[in-house]
Amino acid sequence: MTVTELASYEDALDAYDPVMGLEVHVELGTRTKMFCGCATGLGADANSQTCPTCLGMPGSLPVVNATGVESAIRIGLALNCDIAEWCRFARKNYFYPDMPKNFQTSQYDEPIAFEGYLDVQLEDGEVFRVGIERAHMEEDTGKSTHIGGATGRIHGASHSLLDYNRAGIPLIEIVTKPIEGAGARAPEVAKAYVAELRELIRALGVSDARMEMGQLRCDVNLSLRPHGRAAFGTRSETKNVNSLRSVERAARFEIQRHAAVLDSGGTILQETRHFHEEDGSTTSGRIKEEAEDYRYFPEPDLVPVAPSREWVEELRAELPELPRLRRNRLREEWGISQHEMQSALNAGAVGLIVATIDAGAPADQARKWWLGELARRANEEGLELADLPITAEQVARLSELVAEGSLNDKLARQTIEGILAGEGTPDEVVEKRGLKVVSDEGALGTAVDEAIAGNAAIADKIRGGKTAAAGALVGAVMKATRGQADAGRVRELILERLAPSE
Amino acid sequence: MPGITREEVAHLARLARLELKDEELDHFAGQLDDIIGAVAAVSDVADEDVPPTSHPLPLTNVMRPDEVRPSLTPQQALSGAPAQEQQRFKVPQILGEE
Repeated sequence: MTVTELASYEDALDAYDPVMGLEVHVELGTRTKMFCGCATGLGADANSQTCPTCLGMPGSLPVVNATGVESAIRIGLALNCDIAEWCRFARKNYFYPDMPKNFQTSQYDEPIAFEGYLDVQLEDGEVFRVGIERAHMEEDTGKSTHIGGATGRIHGASHSLLDYNRAGIPLIEIVTKPIEGAGARAPEVAKAYVAELRELIRALGVSDARMEMGQLRCDVNLSLRPHGRAAFGTRSETKNVNSLRSVERAARFEIQRHAAVLDSGGTILQETRHFHEEDGSTTSGRIKEEAEDYRYFPEPDLVPVAPSREWVEELRAELPELPRLRRNRLREEWGISQHEMQSALNAGAVGLIVATIDAGAPADQARKWWLGELARRANEEGLELADLPITAEQVARLSELVAEGSLNDKLARQTIEGILAGEGTPDEVVEKRGLKVVSDEGALGTAVDEAIAGNAAIADKIRGGKTAAAGALVGAVMKATRGQADAGRVRELILERLAPSE
Repeated sequence: MPGITREEVAHLARLARLELKDEELDHFAGQLDDIIGAVAAVSDVADEDVPPTSHPLPLTNVMRPDEVRPSLTPQQALSGAPAQEQQRFKVPQILGEE
């Protein structure tokens, strides 16, 4: 394999202006497929969620999923798009075994939503407006497994196996207008756009939009042009970039690669490229030597979709608060910085923190537990925060137990451990594990007396006025009570007993 | 009217994965010309007030609720497959040797 020449990022941007186009496919979370009633659940047995329609059997007829259309309109509205008064589906014809019909039912020149924008906020708070060209309805393809090749790749495979459970699951493809003027921040804008879109999709409740599960996939198209030139350069299309970090890296890599090619007097090939997670590089895929000829034509088996203006306005009125505005509102309510809000967002914690506050916890406590101990646990387990087996209500109860002095932070962490291990609610775990803070004065007093007796030298120092030495005795008491004592009260008791004599 | 050329028939044949001999290209070019000509007769009656039509019925918004219907069993789904493996449709090599 040839080594790809890269220009330095700084040199590339000194000489060129990047232009990007982002295409995002969102798999809707509908119960059934776009054009038939087959279930869409993940992880089902191969080919157990298929029917004559999604298998492309002769004589079968598609019928549109009403929720799929509704979701498409809601996405369009949330992206500030116009909604078509009348539009059709189209057949995109191609020969590839991932679609048994030999065409994908999609939309061509009549997308259901068009001409919108999404404002995205960068890490420093700057807002960048990304124009939306269109959002259209289509269907996902089946899943191929390539057999016989060295690495499961299509190259060198002797044959392939097809599971059509995914074929026909509703997809919304969202295409940006050319993103210009981002300069050195282009990769950051690309990442922020996909992140914001993901939040939006989740806020609308139309999909879980989990990139690692392929529910949201991004193609990054990128070209460079010398500064001051209006015409775009030739673009490359990096396909299926499936994490936020990868979107940023793919854009950055392509900027450096294009610059090196152009610097050496070469020309960029219009081609698709594959992104590699391991090192953030891209490699050449298919070269588009001619414009693809999909022979689109209106789908004769589906009648046009003509959303009434009443329906559209109804859906518009029901749109949730947009995530960016909601985050800014919450940031002010919680009194935290842009950066802290960004961390909460990156951790997928915003919704959980809100739910915990709604369940009665103070904002700072809700943030502390989700972004501290729970984030650490999720990270260790390789899970999303939301997938931890603990609810917002349980975190709120935990914070209440700490606030009333029944638990200290250490005991609270042990309680979390118990909850995550499936031992029950916070109260049940505290009960079963015997985790209550010991505040019984008799038991504490005994432990304090023992600590003083066992550390006579330190006790003398404290008597002599060196109250800072009390820490060592507090530690001894905490150890003796296995961390279950209220450290503040222990300190008070020690200082009372060892007060300098009058 | 010059209509469909031999090259266009060859292009269409390639898109449709049909292998046509030279004499067939000439043959079909002529036939397709006739067909296009026959269909073009529609243009003679279409007027400004007759919009292009893709669907003959005046219907829109035919939709179904998002409710699961029974699927085929995998065995039924695969029953017509020329070849199968691991409960999946088995297809020949997709990319030729390069």
